[in-house]
Amino acid sequence: MSAPNNSFDPVEVTPLHPDEVARMREEALAAIAAAQDLAELKEVRLAHAGDRSPLALANREIGALPPAAKAEAGKRVGGARRDVGQAVKERQAALEAERDERVLVEERVDVTLPWDRTPRGARHPLTTVAERMADVFVGMGFEIAEGPEVEAEWFNFDALNFQPDHPARTMQDTFFVEGPDGGDSGVVMRTHTSPVQVRALLSRELPVYVVAPGKTFRTDELDATHSPVFHQLEGLVVDKGITMAHLRGAIDAFVGSMFGEGLRTRFRASYFPFTEPSAEVDMECFVCRGASVGDPDNPCRTCSSEGWIEIGGCGVVNPRVLVAAGVDPEVYSGWAFGLGIERTLMFAHGVRDMHDMVEGDIRFTSAFGSEN
Amino acid sequence: MRVPLSWLREYVDLPAGATARDLASRLTLAGLEVETVDSLGADLTGPIVYGRVLEIEELTEFKKPIRYCRVDVGAANGTGEPQRIICGARNFSEGDLVVVSLPGAELPGGFRIGARKTYGRLSEGMICSATELGLWEDHSGIVILPEGFGEVGEDAIGPLGLREDVIDIAVTPDRGYALSIRGVAREAASLYGVAFHDPAAVDVPASAGAGHPAAIADDSLCDRLVLRAATGFDPDAPTPLWMKRRLHQSGVRPVSLAVDVTNYVMLELGQPLHAWDRDRLTGTVTVRAAEAGEKLETLDHVQRSLDTDDIVIADGAGAQAIAGVMGGLDTEIGASSTAVLIEAAHFDAIRIARASRRHQLSSEASRRFERGVDSHLQLAAATRAVGLLAELGGATAEDAYTHLDRVAPRTPVTVRAGHAASVSGVDYPAGTTEKWLEAVGCDVSADGDVLTVTPPPWRPDLTDPNDLAEEVIRFEGYENIPSIRPRGSGRGLTAGQRLRRAVGRALADAGYNEVLSYPFTGQRDLDGLQLPADDARRKALRLANPLNDEEPLLRTTLLPGLFKALARNTGRGFTDVALFETGLVYRPRAQATRAPLLPVDRGPGAEELALVDAALPEQPRRVGAVITGDAERAGWWGAGRAATWADAVQAAREVARVAGVELEAEADVHAPWHPGRCAALYVRAEGERLLVGHAGELHPRTVKAFGLPERTAAMELELDRVERARTPVVAPEVSTYPVAVQDVALVVDGDVPVGALREALAAGAGGLLESVRLFDVYTGEQVGEGRKSVAFTLRFRAADRTVTAEEAGAARDAAVAEAAARTGASLRA
Repeated sequence: MSAPNNSFDPVEVTPLHPDEVARMREEALAAIAAAQDLAELKEVRLAHAGDRSPLALANREIGALPPAAKAEAGKRVGGARRDVGQAVKERQAALEAERDERVLVEERVDVTLPWDRTPRGARHPLTTVAERMADVFVGMGFEIAEGPEVEAEWFNFDALNFQPDHPARTMQDTFFVEGPDGGDSGVVMRTHTSPVQVRALLSRELPVYVVAPGKTFRTDELDATHSPVFHQLEGLVVDKGITMAHLRGAIDAFVGSMFGEGLRTRFRASYFPFTEPSAEVDMECFVCRGASVGDPDNPCRTCSSEGWIEIGGCGVVNPRVLVAAGVDPEVYSGWAFGLGIERTLMFAHGVRDMHDMVEGDIRFTSAFGSEN
Repeated sequence: MRVPLSWLREYVDLPAGATARDLASRLTLAGLEVETVDSLGADLTGPIVYGRVLEIEELTEFKKPIRYCRVDVGAANGTGEPQRIICGARNFSEGDLVVVSLPGAELPGGFRIGARKTYGRLSEGMICSATELGLWEDHSGIVILPEGFGEVGEDAIGPLGLREDVIDIAVTPDRGYALSIRGVAREAASLYGVAFHDPAAVDVPASAGAGHPAAIADDSLCDRLVLRAATGFDPDAPTPLWMKRRLHQSGVRPVSLAVDVTNYVMLELGQPLHAWDRDRLTGTVTVRAAEAGEKLETLDHVQRSLDTDDIVIADGAGAQAIAGVMGGLDTEIGASSTAVLIEAAHFDAIRIARASRRHQLSSEASRRFERGVDSHLQLAAATRAVGLLAELGGATAEDAYTHLDRVAPRTPVTVRAGHAASVSGVDYPAGTTEKWLEAVGCDVSADGDVLTVTPPPWRPDLTDPNDLAEEVIRFEGYENIPSIRPRGSGRGLTAGQRLRRAVGRALADAGYNEVLSYPFTGQRDLDGLQLPADDARRKALRLANPLNDEEPLLRTTLLPGLFKALARNTGRGFTDVALFETGLVYRPRAQATRAPLLPVDRGPGAEELALVDAALPEQPRRVGAVITGDAERAGWWGAGRAATWADAVQAAREVARVAGVELEAEADVHAPWHPGRCAALYVRAEGERLLVGHAGELHPRTVKAFGLPERTAAMELELDRVERARTPVVAPEVSTYPVAVQDVALVVDGDVPVGALREALAAGAGGLLESVRLFDVYTGEQVGEGRKSVAFTLRFRAADRTVTAEEAGAARDAAVAEAAARTGASLRA
């Protein structure tokens, strides 16, 4: 940087000569006007308005002038730089407008071209429906309990008040596991998720609020509505002051969440060894809401024009079960339910054939994605 | 239990307007689930009238003899002239009273009757058989009515009971009483609040002297035995039409009067009866346990070896019936029996259930006994039966009968009056509990708030306070229970539960479709996997009763199920298929024990539970995946990329990544994988190196055995072990200082695993290392035969300053030095 030099004549500093400044300005304005696109304009801007442009360099010389000359030279160069700056701005705006109007249009692509380069899979809808079902209860403060699929007979039957040789014990067609010597092992494939009730009561602190989704096994051949392997969601509450009203509330919450708010439910008296009183649970048909009953002209495929759909069984935990699980029935009471996950999936998504859930055809699962 | 409504109405004053549907709906809500309501004869229309056969003309010009009849139908045909009708049956004579359907009538099944020409004659209607009228199955000819049954020309539809509503109830195991008209009638009376007339409430005069000699060897087998005889029975007496019709409507085939009477009384009262030919019995009738080696040929002509747990009815000659299950052939009522001995007994329910299962004989009798029969019903039932034999079969009921009564008095149940309300959550008015318990037959006495309840003998299921509560709640109506949302204080999902969900989502997003295979497997699958003879996966649990004899084992690996699902998909025309499954496998313990049956009158102790759990197999949760075809598709962007062993390993790494766990891979030889393309996968858990699974390309033999596409790749991990390796995440300090990047190309022997090289670099690079990533592997002339060049990018960064070029260079040199020391690597020139 030059030091101030009072003896220096501004007119003799060529870049600051009025003609020279005017020339630089004209040159710059011409180049700006000639820029055809934003890239060219960027170059022009750097050449004529950048830090190394002639006008910028001229501007630096002003500092070397005697004070008396500084003002005039500054005014001259500053004016030129302002004009150039303004011209760049205007040209920039014009070119951007043109780009927006023409160039971006010319760059268009066919956005309908697929980009399914990496295929996506899906989770099984029984898995996701089971999660949705469980989450309804998790939202009400339940935890998810688990138990083994190959289970001791004591847990599967005896502790649940299935008396030896009682017909109820043979109603559930049980897979028996052979003992090591080919004899009796005391072990079965669990026929329901209810043994988890006893396991939960034995392993958790009271009160217990749990659901237990899981696989269950019965010796049914696979057909459109049966499978030897199927899934249930068990529910269990054991607390002080628990009544069937809370059971109904839990079932209503489930039906509302899965099938739509406002659907009615009904309990029908029934029998399970591990609950007393026991009930079968129906929900109002979510398709016809009962309108198809007695109206042969408008049949309902979903509920077979019954108006009600059976969704599971439930009841008050039999105090004998509490005793077998070491819980004092004089202090605690509770209820339990078992809901069919296959049935829920069939109704919630219109699955018509059990084979589809079993075979693992990717067309079936793909329709559901990873979170349905 | 099929219940004809007209029969039911004999014992309950149902409102005239109560329809079968309404009754069905009320019974169903109250616990007697009505499966179907059959409206028999609903599609039937008249005129169907009584007629008298006036004249029979035998036509002989046809292949079979045909009769052309003149039948008097009174004024029913509008003319009063005899009706001319062709008939193929031959079991009737002139003068017989028959049922005639006239033109315009429609019989069950939409069978329209018209006047038509047949066998060269005009036939104006039909003389009907029982089958045609829907009464019962009978192909022996037309129905001939007893004299006086009806007047010629009168409508026969009503009197014959051709129209009947029948409800079919699926009776649950606790409600044996509902396997009778009596039980259903009592229930219906409560539901409608109308009177019930008990058909069993008959006064039976005391026996006039000794009946047939009888004995009960053991009161625990049978606590009541009644034997009543009817003598002078006419074995040819027909069963009346009404009885045959009701038996048929109830699903029981009419056989002969004596048998029909026992069935009729059983349906009406619920007490199974046996009709003996008294003349074929010798000596004392004894109820006892079967003796070892004893044999009996039952009514179904099967020679049965009896078990000492069976209850038998024996006479001097030996066992003559399996009690409560089926009678013996030798003492069966026959075509010439005139002395009928009716046996009505109350047997031990459990013993009957066992015998029924043991002999695979489920009879109407055994179904009732195993669900519980009224222990006070036997005398009434036997009396009713001999009464019918007298009335319908010309027999004389003997006044002397046998009655052995060993029934213990019923233990009362004490219950608080408010118990039902505390169970249901409904505030019932005072007296509600007493009212309903008395309605079902209980004897109730109140002492303040405590009720002492003695249930009736037909309700063996009522033993606990909650059983009594159910009676109150169901009659008050389950629909009146309010709905209150429960509130738990759960802490959400466990880490493992969240992990499992996340693993499923990650694999789905990585292209894998979830399958849920059956856990059944067999020798063929294990052989297909090429497992060595001593492989642990060959030690599988065996089912005693598999659905398929080829698959009696429980899976020890998820792979066969995945392979079969894959083959199913490729068989259906899909070439690019990736599948996964998460589920349990079952690994028997080395020391197999029998699971004990623990007591149920108290909670089990820790040691008892340990014994139970020790008898169960280990059931670890695994995740498996299988992939074939293109992992990335071909398209307008270019070629696709075939799935390889590396995709399978990557799938395993995805699972570990979700868990925040790093997998270490190591070459392994392990079935069912390709011996040169199989990675054993390890995690570090609690300082130990833990094998979690394998991944890679499948062995060509396995590919062939399961019908998979060539080069199919698979992985299987033990998810539980991956979970064990999880450690809490400690947040990294994110440095904002610039990165220093150093690339190194190392030349090593061709068989040095890249994994080892990477590990060495990471170990040697020191604390400034941010990441090390492989970006190239080169083999070829420039590095020489049997050698390879492996290139990595090392990134260095410090938390508190800019890493200088010198520092980065020194760290890189240290990394290379460590690699050189461990693997013999040298920097590529």
